Formats: sequence, C-alpha cells, structure tokens
Amino acid sequence: MSEYVLEMSGVSKSFPGVKALDNVQLKLRPGRVHALMGENGAGKSTLMKCMFGIYKMDQGQILMDGQPVHIDDPMDALKKGIAMVHQELQPIPARTVGENIFLGRYPMKKALGFIPMVDHAKMYADTEELLKKVRMHFDPKQKVGELSVSQMQSVEIAKAVSANCRVLILDEPTSSLTANEVEALFRIIGDLKEEGVAIVYISHKMDEILRIADEVTIMRDGKYIGTWDANELTTETIITRMVGRELTNLYPKRENVPGEVVFEVKDFTSINPRSFRHVSFQLRKGEILGVGGLVGAQRTELMEGLFGIRSHTTGQIFYKGKELTINRPKDAIDQGIAMLTEDRRGSGIMGVLSVADNISIASLNQYLDHGYFINGKKVEQLVQDNVKKMNIKTPSSKTLIKSLSGGNQQKVLVGRWLANNPDVLILDEPTRGIDVGAKYEIYCIIADLAKEGKSIIMISSEMSELIGMSDRIMVMCDGRVTGFVEGSEATQENIMTYATQFD
Amino acid sequence: MEATKSHDNFGKVLTRTITRNPIVFLLLIAAIVVGCIVENFFSWGNLSNLMSNTAVRFLIALGVSGCLITKGTDLSAGRQVGFAAVVAGILCQRRDYNGRLWKFMPEMNIGLVFVIVVLIGMIWGLINGLVVSKLHVPPFIATLGTQTIIYGISLVISDAQPIGGFQKIYTTLINGRIGDVKGFYLPYLMFVALLFGVVFWFIYNKMRFGKYMYAIGGNDIAAEVSGVNTTRTLMRIYITAGIMYAVAGYLLAAKSGGASASMGQGYELEAIAGCTIGGVSTTGGIGTVPGILVGVLVFELLKIILQFLGVNPYYNYVVQGLVIVLAVAMDIRKYIAKK
Repeated sequence: MSEYVLEMSGVSKSFPGVKALDNVQLKLRPGRVHALMGENGAGKSTLMKCMFGIYKMDQGQILMDGQPVHIDDPMDALKKGIAMVHQELQPIPARTVGENIFLGRYPMKKALGFIPMVDHAKMYADTEELLKKVRMHFDPKQKVGELSVSQMQSVEIAKAVSANCRVLILDEPTSSLTANEVEALFRIIGDLKEEGVAIVYISHKMDEILRIADEVTIMRDGKYIGTWDANELTTETIITRMVGRELTNLYPKRENVPGEVVFEVKDFTSINPRSFRHVSFQLRKGEILGVGGLVGAQRTELMEGLFGIRSHTTGQIFYKGKELTINRPKDAIDQGIAMLTEDRRGSGIMGVLSVADNISIASLNQYLDHGYFINGKKVEQLVQDNVKKMNIKTPSSKTLIKSLSGGNQQKVLVGRWLANNPDVLILDEPTRGIDVGAKYEIYCIIADLAKEGKSIIMISSEMSELIGMSDRIMVMCDGRVTGFVEGSEATQENIMTYATQFD
Repeated sequence: MEATKSHDNFGKVLTRTITRNPIVFLLLIAAIVVGCIVENFFSWGNLSNLMSNTAVRFLIALGVSGCLITKGTDLSAGRQVGFAAVVAGILCQRRDYNGRLWKFMPEMNIGLVFVIVVLIGMIWGLINGLVVSKLHVPPFIATLGTQTIIYGISLVISDAQPIGGFQKIYTTLINGRIGDVKGFYLPYLMFVALLFGVVFWFIYNKMRFGKYMYAIGGNDIAAEVSGVNTTRTLMRIYITAGIMYAVAGYLLAAKSGGASASMGQGYELEAIAGCTIGGVSTTGGIGTVPGILVGVLVFELLKIILQFLGVNPYYNYVVQGLVIVLAVAMDIRKYIAKK
C-alpha cells in the first residue's frame, strides 16, 4: 500500500501558444491538507482540472493507492473518490438544496413496485444529515438561489462530502467568505481530515496556508518548484519561491507624471443592493490608478457600471468638469472612455472573426469611404500599425482571433480600444491568463500610454502587479471603497488590511 | 470556407474543401450518377428550370441568413412570402377578371404594387425585430408566433381562395427570359437574384451594418461592449429579411401565375437548409453570400434529383428533413471536435 492516496507525476499540458503545465507533480497523503500555491497563471487550476478529468493531460500519469488510473471526465473522478469545489460556483439557483446536492444521482424508489421515481423523502433526509456534517443549519428544501454565497459554498462542500470522497479539491474557497465563515470552513476541513480525506487547498492567503496546511507545493509559470512541510515555511519564503528571481525586472520603469484631475466619480451606487455603493474617486491625467480587493469586492461590477454595461441608481461621473450620462457602452465610448473587460472570451474577442474584424469593430466609422463603404486598406493599415507597435504575433490580418495565444488576443483588444484614441482606459485584469513574456509587454504598453497622458484605471488581483504598476491604489471591499494607498507606500499588508474591512 | 494558402497543392485544397462541405459534394456526386442513369436529366431545359427555381429560394435564403448569422432564426419566412404573394396577387388582378377579389379597386400599376408589398414586408420585419431585440423573446419562439399570425391574416384577406387572373404585364415581365436555344434560356429571375446577391455581398463585407452583424453573431456581449448598437442592428436585420421575403413573394405569385395563403409554406426550412449546407453556422458569426448560393443551388438540385428518380413527392419531405438535420449536425460537429 502506497503512503499516498493520489500521485500525479510528469504532468504536461499545452494550450495554443501557452505551455500551461510542464512536468508537474503532486503527491497527496490521507488526512493531510496540501496547499497548492503559485501566482495567478502558474497552472494550479489547470493541474486540478487535469486531476478532475476536465482537461486531458498531454503527458503524465495519475496513481491512486499506487495503481495507475485514468480519469476520463468529472463523473469518473467522482466515482474514483475525487471531488472538487470550484472557484466559481455553478449551482442551479431555481432548484432546492437537496436537488442540487444529489443532482445526477437522485436516490430512487419503485412506485407500485415497478415505476421508478425519485425518493424525495430519502433525498431530503440525507441532505439534512449532510448539512449537519458540514455544520450548516438551513432547510434542505430551500432554493439555492436564496442562499448567500458562503451558504452556497457549503452546499458545494456537502455535495463533495456526500460523494464519500477521498480527495477533496478546494479552489480558493475563502475568496468570498467573511472571517466567521472562514472559521466554519476550517472546522469542516478539520472534520474531513480526521476521516482521512486528503485535501488540496488552493489559496493566495498566506495566513490561511500557514494555519491549516500540512504540506505546501509551489508552482511557477506552469513548472513544479517543490514541496515542503508547512512548518518549514514562512510568508517570505513562500513568496520568494512563488515569484522566483524574476521579481527584480518584472515591471517596466514608469516615466508618467500624473497631472490635473480629469475624471471624477461621486457617490456611485449600483441598482443591485449587494453590489457597489457610495463609490467616489478621482483620476488624474497620465495616472495609473490600481484597483485592489478580494474576489467579490465588486470591482468589475463598479467599472462595468461606469462604462454603462451595468445599471446604477445614484451617482455622478464628471469628465473634464462636465457631467456625463452613461447608459450604455456607446455613451462612454463617444466620450473617449474605453474598457478592456475581464472576461476575454465572454465579452472581449469575437472568436470566429478575423484579427482585422476584431480590431476595427469599435472604430469602423473611421474607415468609411463616402460614409458607407469600409475601406479595406485603412483597416489593414490599422492592423499593421498595431502589429508593429505592440509586437502582435499573427500569421495575417485574416487569421481568426481564436487561434492566437491569450497574450496576442489581449493585444488585439488593446488595439481595438486605442484605435478610438481614448483619454480614459479602464483595464480589468489586463494580464489574466497570459504568459510571463507577454505580460511584460502589456505592462510596457500600459506604462507608455500613461506617459502619453492617458488616464488608466487598472483592476488587478495580483498583488505584485498592483504594487508594481500603480501610481495610486484604490482598495475595495464588499462593494465599498475602503481606502487609497500611494503606490510608493503600497505593501501587500496595507492593501490586505483595507481589502478585508468588512462591516 | 477560408482562404487557402497559395503554396498548398491542388489535391490538398480539394480534399479540404470536400471534407468541409461533405453534403455539397455528396449531392453533386448524386446528381452525376442520376444524370448518367436517367434520361433527360442533363438537359438545357432542366438547367434553366433549376436556375429560375433557385433564384426565388436564394432571395429567401439571403433574407434569413442575417438572422442565422446573429444566432437567431426566422420561422415566419415562408408565411411572409405567402402573404406578399397574396397581397401582390390581389392588387395585380385584371379589371375584367370575373373572380376579382376587390372589385371596387382600380387596376394598379405593378411597380406600385411592388412598393406596397415591400413596405408591408418591412412592417413584418419590424415586428419580428422589435419582439426579438426589445422584448428579448428568443427568435425561434418570436417568429413561430408571427408565422401563425401572418398566415391567419393571409387567410382572412384572401378569403382562403386561390387568386388568379393577373395583369398580363405582371406575369410576362417576371417570367421573361433571354434567348431560347434547345430549351436553354436565361430567366429574368436569375438576374434579379444575382443583383441581390451582389448587393448583399457588399452589405455583408463592405458596410458597417454587415460588420456589426458578424460581430453580434461572433459574440453579442463583446459587440455591445465595443459600442455596437445591437438592438438597432438586429431590428435592421429582421427588416431586411422582411424585404427579401416580400420581393420573393411578389416574384413567386407571378412565376406561378396564381397565389394563395398556403403559398410559401415550409420555405423557411428550405432557406435555413440552404444556408446551413452553404456553410452558415448556427453557432453564429459565420456565413458568406457565395456559400449561401451554393447551398440553395445544391438543395434545389436535390429536389430535382428526387423528381427525376420518380420518388413519390411525399417522400421529398422526409429526405429534405433528413438533409437539414444532417447539415446542422455536421456543422455543430466541427466545433465540438475542437474543444
């Protein structure tokens, strides 16, 4: 019998243009919490998705109890005793807690001895039992949509527990939880440890790791760095190993000089009471304003509100002293505001269209002949200018954008906005899912834009990026702005202090 | 159907084209086989017949293509064609025709009738567009509803009677042809279809409206975020579609020499089939005008093949239905396989 419940070794996985995992290993012992750490984009989630059967590994093998196994899909993973609580929860809001937990494997009974029916009584009794086990007290028949985020997460954990799992993957489970809820989660983890479950715990929060992890595996840029006992490590040693030696020249030198205030937001409040409220801030000409906060701090929602993608109730936006009315993205674009959205696939690229179509869509009016006909030469010129300026790697302007790497797609989208020559650029997680080399290029582009006098708002969840790139950092927590930090004085600690200022 | 690199050899290009458009090639092969075993299949008359049949269907397919490219559909297409045929038919009846429906009316100029029919088509399109883009009713349901409404109104105004006795100029003009050598001629309808094809090619490739349409089909959220007025663009797409159905209905009544409310029934499915066979993807954002022409042509060819094989016409429905499902299934597979 192997001392490990599950071992992954030699795992490699590539996506078009990016090597996401390169010969990675992970070994899990029963009854231990194994923290998996690394910066965003280090490959943690990809590794977990390989383990859970969502992605197929290009190379590598998985052993369970020393025996090689093959995991086809998530259903297969569950059967083999591997359960995963995803970072983004995917419940079915209109159905009850019990139905969500037993989805796809409802307990059955035979009515009249032959008609198969769902055994609701058993399902809800079992659900009650499970909820007790995860120390939650709410009605199994309640609709999941009515629960809070942390309660939904408990439902997901109960679901994982109900599968009698031997390996439980928790992907950033505390990112949207309050301190009390985190304690509750830790108690559940403690219970599961005693039952001999091996837990993979992904988190960016050092204090949590040092508190509950037994072992720590660190990854960087898709590579395996090493595994250590948690008590050998400190916050500093973890960060050094996560970030590696590249920390020194990770960010370009910035030469921008913030000038007068050009953009101001006053008392901006969402139509959704759980989203952003009473937000006020100023933005200077040529300034890079970083926006920090935990997942769920409503940073994206705020920026989408300012850009007219989401609705607001009260609040004013001033631009060069003039008040703006923004009800849809076009209103903002017409005023010289641009926004690079967070979800590149969801709201950025039009995958089946060409690079030329993607880059020109927001500025087509500029290429019209006689007011009606698009001049292909002008569009081609736009593409070539951007290819040269931002070093976009694409076979041609007619290449479909979906076949480019993430970094090149992002550059095309930056080009799309720059074509309109905006004065204010909102960048939401501009380097998410992009490999390190391309990241640096994006940073250089941002720094150049600020130097040219453009005002930039940059949301980032990567602490080092936020600190390395911002003139000033606005920190949000739970829909409110909780503080501003000057870039020169910013540290991980003072940002986190503001980011965790819950009511 | 993407541009192929110049250094590829001919064989490679051919293989790729065939594997990407299997139905087109299967049907072409079928046509050749049938042509070899059935007499008169390869005849000039048959070719001219194919051209004039394709012409009207192509116009309808052009109309529905915008809806498909934006991930929508238009099930009211066939009934709109029927409605336009009925209205055109009633307005173009001869003064001295005994069965004239609206006896009180003076004899109308057929050009004026065309304008009226097109305006009505725009209204149907406007209604579809409003329901889809403003009320956010899924296009499938929205146009399923309007389809029934339009059919009902067609029955009311035509009194459920067949309409005949058209002005001579109406039927002779539209059934006009150039040349007649060994049964081969070029129908005016073909020139009308080609003209619209060129216009649509320009709209789809060279105009802002076309670019916005592809953008919405590619990713509607990204389009909206990029400042595209998606509501207005969708409205225009459904209105354009309405215009095309009206034109098709106007031509069809004259081509058949009569009209009735049941005219155009099922044409929406033929149009959707033609588009899909021709490479318009139901997943959105993909489709070209030449592709649509090929798709419609091939689908019409299929109908003629069945006819020449002497297949019971009722089986036509079965075969056509199968081809539609097959075409969409193969299109979807292209994208599933790549995940």
